[in-house]
Amino acid sequence: MCLRKLSFVALAAIVTGLGTVAEARTVIQNKGSDTLVNVAQAWAEEYRKVDADVAVAVTGGGSGTGIAAMINGTVDIANASRKMKEKEINLAKERGQNPIEHVVGYDALAVFIHQDNPLDEVTIEQLAEIYGEDGATENWGDLGIEVPGCKDNTMVLVSRQNNSGTYAYFRKAVLGKARDYKLGTRDMHGSKDVVDLVEKTPCAIGYSGLAYATDHIKMPCVSKTAGDSCVAPSVQSASDGSYPIARPLLMYTNGEPEGAVKAYLDWILSDTGQCIIQKKGYAPIRDVACN
Amino acid sequence: MAENPIVAAVERPQAVAPQEADFDNRNSDWFIDKAVQILVFLGGISAIVFIIGIFVFITKEGAGFLFADLDIVEFFTSPRWRPTSEHNPTYGILALVVGTASVTGLAMVVAIPFSLGAAIYIAEFATGKTREFLKVLVELLAAIPSVVWGFIGLTIMNPLIIQVFDVPVGLNVLNAGVILGLMAAPIMTSIAEDALNAVPDRYREAAEAMGATRWQVTIRAVLPAAKNGLLGAVLLGVGRGFGETMAVLMATGHSINLPSSVFDSVRALTATIAAELGETAVGSNHYMALFTIGIFLFVITFIINLTADLIVRGVRKG
Repeated sequence: MCLRKLSFVALAAIVTGLGTVAEARTVIQNKGSDTLVNVAQAWAEEYRKVDADVAVAVTGGGSGTGIAAMINGTVDIANASRKMKEKEINLAKERGQNPIEHVVGYDALAVFIHQDNPLDEVTIEQLAEIYGEDGATENWGDLGIEVPGCKDNTMVLVSRQNNSGTYAYFRKAVLGKARDYKLGTRDMHGSKDVVDLVEKTPCAIGYSGLAYATDHIKMPCVSKTAGDSCVAPSVQSASDGSYPIARPLLMYTNGEPEGAVKAYLDWILSDTGQCIIQKKGYAPIRDVACN
Repeated sequence: MAENPIVAAVERPQAVAPQEADFDNRNSDWFIDKAVQILVFLGGISAIVFIIGIFVFITKEGAGFLFADLDIVEFFTSPRWRPTSEHNPTYGILALVVGTASVTGLAMVVAIPFSLGAAIYIAEFATGKTREFLKVLVELLAAIPSVVWGFIGLTIMNPLIIQVFDVPVGLNVLNAGVILGLMAAPIMTSIAEDALNAVPDRYREAAEAMGATRWQVTIRAVLPAAKNGLLGAVLLGVGRGFGETMAVLMATGHSINLPSSVFDSVRALTATIAAELGETAVGSNHYMALFTIGIFLFVITFIINLTADLIVRGVRKG
């Protein structure tokens, strides 16, 4: 009897508790890109201090997951590290959604090599021969360098799994639309694994978002063609567009944002929001002065 | 005297029958009994229901591809797994099958001597505390999560293999084979030990009576008697190797490649599903192709486990 009474009281308390939370708070559903998920979480946490009545629920799962949720109309904001394909936009429109794209930052795709690798600069064309199918570059000697600690100068290609936004963007930006990757690349599951592997493998070359770089890894500067100036990957060079393989980081809303969603997006694009993305290692959309 | 019990036996049903008609003796015990019976029955058939359910589900998900766009010859003979290509997607799993098979094969080379040796020691030679301690240790080894094994492969084995063997990359068949061997060994040890314990003591006593040493008893009498059980243990280890996902995803290098030596990176069937399914559009050809791989894996592990089971059963009857 006593126990039953007690549990009833507890239940009543929980129900009323839930009631007050639901009453006071607007919840913004935010889902998508794993590249953006850390930043999105930092934004959501910080925004709680700005407006206590709005809760932002952030989940990852990848750009594809976020875009699928946008098509199905189950999120308020979808994060993506690639643009929606025309097919996806049409599908969304068929289902009554109207995805609007907002650029919230930029991500430089850095080329990673081992610390001992003497390579200092690389061109997009060279990268295409390294990674592209039937590419001529098979070992480090073809680039005219000798890598210490690397047996036979063999080139160990590190890439990403074939449905990641990073994989798709690198293919488009470096290999061009019609070309595939070489077979036999080591396809890592996550940018962190790419960095881990390249750090410990003298022969390796890999690519991933600049935010994942560590001190134990080397990043050569990248130029479009042999004659062009070579630009080192950095938040600055991604932001001003001089780094050749930088991609926009996007948020999609259903229709022009309004109400709480608009306030949130405006805050993200403000200096405060842009400083947070810069701190996380991505490039802000414009120069911001952060402390 | 002799007639009395018979008379009683004949008369008793008549005496009892009216009682049964009069009294419904289904008290709460009877209902609890029935309820537990039904629960246990449901528990018993649930495994069958789930197996059939899973098979129906993966077949349904893969069917649109399996019966329409799938080129079965290309699927099994082409090493070109390129489902997300913009202009020419290809679905060939040859490299993945070879990758899984080579890693599992090497894992067995590593695991069989270790696990059979451990099982023989625990079952035949160790006594008292040593034996209990070893049994607990083996069970603990089986409890290490596979992602931890994968992490060891990626961060410890990789640089080690590069240094020791002077090869370009340490994520390869050797790395994954050793890791998978260590993962499969505890399970194989437990089952092999059970098989050895199932050999009746009279075999050992008979051999010892004839003057055989401990080693001769083990080699000549116990092992031949337990050979089906040991074979079953090995086959279950193979099944474990085929089905393992996370560790091979991290330790093989996940590279589409037909290996020519143990130092080549490969890619496993399971790891391909794990890495790609999450971000694949539901209902696309890529999605259904992954489920077709799932059907293939299911059939293979089913055959391996069934064979292992039949062999182990064989030893029990004999």
